Order: sequence, then C-alpha cells, then structure tokens
Amino acid sequence: MTATLVLLDHDRGLLSETALQAVAFARSLGQGVDAVLIGGDAEPIAATLGPYGVDRVHLIVHEHLSDFAPEAWGDALAQLVAISGAKVAVTTGTDRGNEVLAHLGAILDQPMVANVTTAEPGEPWRLSRIRWGGSLFEHVELEAPFRLMTVAPHSWESPQQAESTEPVIERFEPTLDETASRTRVVDRVTLNAGVTLATAPVVVSGGRGVGSADGFAPLEELAAMLGGVVGCSRVVTNNGWRPHTDQVGQTGTRIAPDLYIACGISGAIQHWVGAMASKKILAINTDPEANMMSKADYAVVGDLHEVVPALIEALR
Amino acid sequence: MRVLVCVKRVPAPGARIVLTADAQEIDTKNLGFATSPHEECAVEAAVQLVADHGGSSTVVTMGPHESEEQLRYAVSVGVDAAVLVPTDGSDLDPQATARGLVSAITTLEDRDGRFDVILFGNESADSGGYQVGVRVARSLERPIVSGIKDIEVVGDQIVAKRAIPSGFEVYRLDLPAVLAVREGLNLPRYPTLPGRLKSRKAEVDSIEANPDAGGQRMVRFESPPEQESRTVLLGEGVAAVPAIVEVLEGLGIR
Repeated sequence: MTATLVLLDHDRGLLSETALQAVAFARSLGQGVDAVLIGGDAEPIAATLGPYGVDRVHLIVHEHLSDFAPEAWGDALAQLVAISGAKVAVTTGTDRGNEVLAHLGAILDQPMVANVTTAEPGEPWRLSRIRWGGSLFEHVELEAPFRLMTVAPHSWESPQQAESTEPVIERFEPTLDETASRTRVVDRVTLNAGVTLATAPVVVSGGRGVGSADGFAPLEELAAMLGGVVGCSRVVTNNGWRPHTDQVGQTGTRIAPDLYIACGISGAIQHWVGAMASKKILAINTDPEANMMSKADYAVVGDLHEVVPALIEALR
Repeated sequence: MRVLVCVKRVPAPGARIVLTADAQEIDTKNLGFATSPHEECAVEAAVQLVADHGGSSTVVTMGPHESEEQLRYAVSVGVDAAVLVPTDGSDLDPQATARGLVSAITTLEDRDGRFDVILFGNESADSGGYQVGVRVARSLERPIVSGIKDIEVVGDQIVAKRAIPSGFEVYRLDLPAVLAVREGLNLPRYPTLPGRLKSRKAEVDSIEANPDAGGQRMVRFESPPEQESRTVLLGEGVAAVPAIVEVLEGLGIR
C-alpha cells in the first residue's frame, strides 16, 4: 500500500499552526505517511519531521516555487502524485490548504472533500466533515480512485513527538511552465505589526447592541486597558461601523483568546463558530435569553452602555 | 468589460440550524434564504467593475427555481442580466456544480462573448467546499486566486490582494481571469426602490445543464451535541462590575 501524502502548509518556511494536525489525521488512516514540502525555503522543516511519524519527506523545488503560487503548487503536487503512485493526499483545511487541494482535485478530476474530521477507509470511504463553519456535521461517502481531503483545523491535535527517526528526504523538481506560475505572489503588504485579532489574549467585541460606530469608543478603551483588541459581529461590519478586519465569525476571523468579552452580541451561529475556541467568554447583554448569554462562561444582564464605562472606572 | 458573478442560495446565515427528521436536509420551513455572504461582495464587485470600466454584468446560479430570488436580488443592486441553471434542489457535489457551471458559462460565452472576469465567493456558507471556482477556472484554462479581499483592474490585468494573517499577498493576473473573493472586499449596497422594481420585471434566462455526479456523496447531516449551559450569572447592570473585576483578576488579566 502506498503512503498517504501530507502536504504541509507553510508560509515562506514557517509551518502553519495546523499543518502537523494533518499528519495526525493521516496516521489514523493506517498507511505510511510521506510529508510534502513545496518550495526551497521549506527545506529546513524537512529534517524536523522525524519525531512526528513521517517516513519520507518529498521536497518539491523549482525556480517558480520561490513564493506561494496556487496553480504551480497544484501542478507540482499532481506530478508528485503521479510519480509516487499515491492514492491518498491530505492537507490542513486552511485557506491555502483548501485552495491547493482544490487545484489537485481539478487537475485529477477527482473529488476533494474539504474540512474532514474523521475518515474510515473502505469501499466506499466513509468520512465526516464540517459545514457551516463547524455548526453542522455531514457524513459523506467517497467513491474515487484518489482520495483528496483537507482536515478541519483543530479537529486533530498535532501528533505527539515519538521516538526520533530520520526521515528520508527526496528532492523532486517538477516541470512547470509559465502558465503554471502565472498566479504567484508578486508583492506583499504587511499590516498589523502589533497584536492582531487572531492572536490577541483578550478580545472586547461589540454587536448590534453597540448601536453606532461611535459606540465602540468605550470598548476600545476597555480593550486597551486589558491588553486586547476590539472585535465585532457581522451586523456591525455590514452597517459599516467597523472594518471587516475586526469581524469575528464564519466569514471573518476565528479567534481563540484567553478571554472574549461579547458586548451586545446575540451570538448567531455564524458569529459563535468564530468565537467558540475562546478559553473564557463573558457576555454582557440586555437579553438574558440571547444565545451568547447561555453559551458564555460568565454573563451580565445589563446595558453595555452602562456596564462597560462602569467597568472602566473600576479598573482605573 | 464583461463580468460574471456566480452565487448560491443558502439558508440565511446566523439562524439556528435544525435538521429534518431524516437528517437529509436543513429544515427550512422557518428560515429565510440569502445569497452566501462572500458572494454578496462578489455581486457588489461586479457592479462596481462595470460602473468603473463599462460593459455589463451577469449573475448565474445553479439551484432550485426558488434561487430566482437571489438572482433578482443581484439585479436589484445593479447586475444587468440573470441566468438560472435549474436543479431539483437536492445537494449537488462540488464536481457536479462545477461541471454544470462550466457548461452554462460556455453557452453564455458562445452566445455573447467571453467574460473578462468571473467572480466566485471563496466558499459557500452552507456546504463550504472551497473548490467550485478553482474547478471552473481549471476547466476554462483561466488563472484563479482564492481568498481575495481587494481587486483593481489595471489595463488588461487585474491586481488582486489576498488576506493572510500578517497582511496581504499581491497577485497580478492577465484577463480573462477568475477570482474567489471574501467578505470584506467591499460593503455591499442595499437595493434601491427603482432597483427592486426593475428586478421584479427582469427576465431570468434559463440554461439547462445536467452534469454527472462526482465521487462525493452526502449521506446525512448531524447536529453537534448541545453543550450544557454552564454560565455563571455575575449579576445585573453596573452592580455586576465588582464580580467582573474579580473574574478578570482570577484569570490574571488584570
């Protein structure tokens, strides 16, 4: 049986947080695990993979793979699948992972199942995957000669380091023409040098109950006092009160702070899936029946316009 | 410039998801429907591209006849033409969806000329397959980038920015091109009254496509287990402030 190929998602040599979770998933399929790294800047990662149960690392290098290039990554991976004889390819369900595996699925004209949580090989394969950003599971039958899957982020833990082995590193240079590399990163814009919504230890978020763009001033002040940043719900960005980069939710940013303070947020499903990884949640809402209030660890029934300024005063 | 935007009718995002007894569908009897959020921004982008560069915009969806509601909504905010690729409403796998759209796009292009830009949402709100745009672009042999939050047409190229945690990656694509965009690309406008009236009278073109199913088959849905509420009520109004401070201190945040 040929090994499962696991494409490791990295950005210029830095593994994504969930990249190795795909290795854990791949190991559950009961075959060998071959890791795939694309781009020369990923080479230093290769030697570090032995303890995670990786038998072999395919390092795909080419002058057109110096930075991310979705079509070229897809083409390169398809060529590796052909020469390795692999029948199963997985990666993490990040934007980049889903995109590259979609290209592989399109090139091979094979199904690609996104955000899988479990898989049971057989005839057919039986999978479960998430829909609606994690608020619904779907059971899927997969009938195809090639099984392509992305792994729902955080549905698997990164594998524990086991006995250290030296993986075999094999270099592979694909044939890529100009067409394959027509979609590639040609420039970068760096923002958010400081604390970002995705990494802040505290997020103070506002929803419809804030009422206006100006209404966020006390939330800004509270966030600054707690070393955090301001977030918001979708209704807020749709009203133009805050930029979309502040949105927590299925179509915004998924966050996992130590503390999430949800002010005047009802907690609609699409917001909840973005906030549910928070370690603790404090909800402030006039409606004790709001979804966010029953899901929070701590709840305050009250008007955020009174509670937040009083809290700031108390913290001074 | 000819712009095509592909949309999907989905149960209105945000509502509690309740399944039918056989777990084959979402129970939609108490739900409204909407255009998938990323695609609302794709529609807005199509309208803006045509406003800035001339030409015409077309919206297409593959779905049950009720999807006309989403097509008419797109027309009400300024899209010029609407096309339905009718289905029986059952869950289509991503390969079948892409095949059906490619067939419809080919028909439209044979009739009226090539689309310079085809816009997709990055992923649908409901099934979230992250691939239909990529499959369509590959079939049409056109470049595609996903996750786009900023677009600008410069000559016969499109400069597209993709959001990553540290900022943006910039791509430059020759036209014709395909983009899968994300919410945040723009702030979609609301329909005007004349827009609504126009959309009511708009003709919806219908193009048949009966694509072969792909290898991924939905068996049933399952709701995640309800978590038992373990909420600690800290109090009401400003009287709760000392308890909040205590929680913050307990968490070492203050």
